[in-house]
Amino acid sequence: MPLSLLFASCLLIAALAFLMGRGKAFKSAGGDIRKLHSLPGYYGWNSALMVLLPSMAALVIWLAVQPLVINSSVSQMISTQSVEASSLDLIMSDVRRVAEGLNKAVEAGAMTEAEVSGATAESMNVRERLGAVGVALGSDVSNETLQAAQSYRDLSATSGLLRTIAVLALALGGLVFGVVRTNKDFRARNTVERVILGLLIAAASIAILTTVGIVFSLIFNTVEFFKLYPAADFFFGLTWSPSFGGGSDLGILPLIWATLYISLIALAVSVPVGLFAAIYLSEYAAPLVRSVAKPLLEVLAGIPTIVYGLFALLTVGPLLVDIFGSNGVLHLGWMQGGTAVMTAGLVMGIMLIPFVSSLSDDIINAVPQAMRDGSLGLGATHSETVKQVILPAALPGIVGAILLAASRAIGETMIVVLGAGAAARLSMNPFDAMTTVTAKIVSQLTGDADFASPEALVAFALGMTLFVMTLGLNVIALYIVRKYREQYE
Amino acid sequence: MTDAILPNVASAPASATKSRSLLEVDSHTRRRNAAETRFRFYGIGAVLIGLFFLVALLWAILSNGLTAFMQTSISIDLHLDKAAIESAEKSVVKTSKYNEMIGAALEEKLTAAHIETGMPVKDLMKILSSGAASTVRAFVLDNPDKYGSTVPFDLLASSRVDGYLKDRVTREALANDKNLDAAHLDIVDAMIKAGVIAKTFNWSFVFGSDASDSRPEQAGIGVSMLGSLYMMLVVLVLSLPIGVAASIYLEEFAPKNRWTDVIEVNIANLAAVPSIVFGILGLAAFIQFAHLPQSAPIVGGLVLTLMTLPTIIISTRAALKAVPPSIRSAALGIGASKMQSVFHHVLPLAMPGILTGTIIGLAQALGETAPLLLIGMVGFIASNYPAGVADGFFSPNSAMPAQIYEWAKRADPAFYERAWGGIIILLVVLMSMNILAILLRRKFERRW
Repeated sequence: MPLSLLFASCLLIAALAFLMGRGKAFKSAGGDIRKLHSLPGYYGWNSALMVLLPSMAALVIWLAVQPLVINSSVSQMISTQSVEASSLDLIMSDVRRVAEGLNKAVEAGAMTEAEVSGATAESMNVRERLGAVGVALGSDVSNETLQAAQSYRDLSATSGLLRTIAVLALALGGLVFGVVRTNKDFRARNTVERVILGLLIAAASIAILTTVGIVFSLIFNTVEFFKLYPAADFFFGLTWSPSFGGGSDLGILPLIWATLYISLIALAVSVPVGLFAAIYLSEYAAPLVRSVAKPLLEVLAGIPTIVYGLFALLTVGPLLVDIFGSNGVLHLGWMQGGTAVMTAGLVMGIMLIPFVSSLSDDIINAVPQAMRDGSLGLGATHSETVKQVILPAALPGIVGAILLAASRAIGETMIVVLGAGAAARLSMNPFDAMTTVTAKIVSQLTGDADFASPEALVAFALGMTLFVMTLGLNVIALYIVRKYREQYE
Repeated sequence: MTDAILPNVASAPASATKSRSLLEVDSHTRRRNAAETRFRFYGIGAVLIGLFFLVALLWAILSNGLTAFMQTSISIDLHLDKAAIESAEKSVVKTSKYNEMIGAALEEKLTAAHIETGMPVKDLMKILSSGAASTVRAFVLDNPDKYGSTVPFDLLASSRVDGYLKDRVTREALANDKNLDAAHLDIVDAMIKAGVIAKTFNWSFVFGSDASDSRPEQAGIGVSMLGSLYMMLVVLVLSLPIGVAASIYLEEFAPKNRWTDVIEVNIANLAAVPSIVFGILGLAAFIQFAHLPQSAPIVGGLVLTLMTLPTIIISTRAALKAVPPSIRSAALGIGASKMQSVFHHVLPLAMPGILTGTIIGLAQALGETAPLLLIGMVGFIASNYPAGVADGFFSPNSAMPAQIYEWAKRADPAFYERAWGGIIILLVVLMSMNILAILLRRKFERRW
């Protein structure tokens, strides 16, 4: 039974269970709602949940486990010689493809079921036959692959049948259990509420699950990478020159350098502008100015990063070349092309202005009014109050905001992919093109790289480095911000 | 005695500083006041710099992108000769026969407008898009009843001609160009005068599909808009219930213990994890491990869901917190269970806030590009609309920001115009979502 039909029939049984459960509760109370423990709907929901919970859980587990089991049992059929000749992954994907093709051929009526199960590579040109139904195969099918594909098909069909039986059995079992349990004294509301609470907890745990998923997917592939490439060379190597033919140098230092350099320029732009804007808007500006300027600045935060990337590539880069390039206004010749550390840093700085200003704004507003009044009352001017009272009081929070902005800058991808260049380089000149950790993650993982090569796996090690760096900054920043907030609350 | 001392007291400070009158400003005060004014100007300067950047950004977007909404087309009258069409359909390279027909019609049109070309038809055809023949062929195959009649066609001009009409391409720039010569531009000038060539609103940019590298004039963002829509559906359907359920648990039911502390810190940190890391997660978990199809909106939707969840949870918790405790107490007081008080009373009251947060989260997800790059939503030419709803979720597609990135990477500057135009559409969508969120908040917001 196809998945959608199975799902629909479970829903149907659940609806039936709802009606039966509610009906039975009514009947046991003799139609008098006052004799029921819970509202009638709860009896219905109880029965419906008894149907849905076990059957859906079984379905999900089955869907996750079935491919693993089938894969492992089929891959045992493949001889070690052919595994040595190419890789097990490639052979298995061939097998899956052939199996799918056979399914399609049977569906289209190009082959009969008997033909498929009796086929051998000698008796039939499988590639040609499958090509006729629109499944293109890269090479001729060996006997081994064909047999594996046949058993793959058989196993899938059997397991599909078993799945249907198991899920429907659980659903009907749940129906019977739920309805039999129902009578007027049954505490239906408490049961239903317990189940709902369980679902709420499960939803809250997804956040944890995401983190676990991130950590696992990074760690497994990073370990895999370090098996192929020495960790010391990765962390302390000064050259980055991957080549998919092998023999690449994958030193992270040039990437880290460019990442930090760009982030530094971005902070040099965004922190003064953002901070002064926040001070002005919260301390000086008239309410009207504030109500106009603040949302306008925050528009900058709502603009997607791809827009900033394009702005860097097509507007800011050429503009900087016109000023600092060899034919530029200043005749300096510092800049060769539009993509450079300066381009990316400048645009990233623009992106971070609202981030810094709105965080600092919150923090400055959290400083108690009494401190301002006290300072002004002693005869300090407004700017002296800001510089000598408010900023020192808000300093930890502002440091936290700057750290958060730094973590944003380090993790930013689109601006550096489009604006910073593609060549890794260790240079002091901010007008040189360099490349960052995030840009290289993108370039190593896009395209049809195979996941077994160190050139693709290095992206996971880069991701791990990035994750650790930003997580460290975030944890420190959030700790500082939270600690500071408590101080005045 | 007292009389003798007083003059001394009065004269000593008077000699040290010239005036101590409050009405006259001394130099120290003047310095302090100057510092005050300077400080204030720094602030104004910072705000103005921020606003200047905003204006510069918007100006760059509008000045470069608005032209993408107009497209140059050439109107010709094509006689659909049945014999010619049949012979074209029989030949191997079908479009070349159609090209001959179009070339003849174009020449005829130019002669009728008294324009001397002086170049062979094959050269003349460079004015037209290379996709013109397939446009005509598609029309012919769809309308067999039109055989034998003369049909007016508005065929796209090539991207260089289009650029010339939009002042992007100049005669000097064409010196080293093998696609078009200055001689072509003379013909184009004459055609403009004759009204054969004109710019019209470019619907096919808004609703059309992407085209290959050599035909920027045909590229449109419609298919990737649909891809984005499918992704947003996945994000909405998953992240709203999960996010609301998680927030209800954390805000209303969770006991204060280590486990809930871990969850809270976790959510705060997840909100600040770089989006590219979610891309890596998606690649490893959904494609490497679960073998979901690459480039499919369902995978993009799942990745963006995980990315949006923290945002939605944070705003939903704020909305739940804003509902006063008296509502809960009142519900509990008249005999509702804890669960009933939350689901029947607190949640409906918090709903406007939750919806606003969700819309803002969706807008954020819609503009996100980096994770989509890793799950293979670039390098794919979204040239066909998906066949059905299931196909829309599971077959490869692009998304709006990924499509813009794709265009920005291509070599032909004609694609840059498309990229900016795509940004305008993206920003219009984002802006309408944000305005919707603001309106919802205005309409339903309650001050307790």
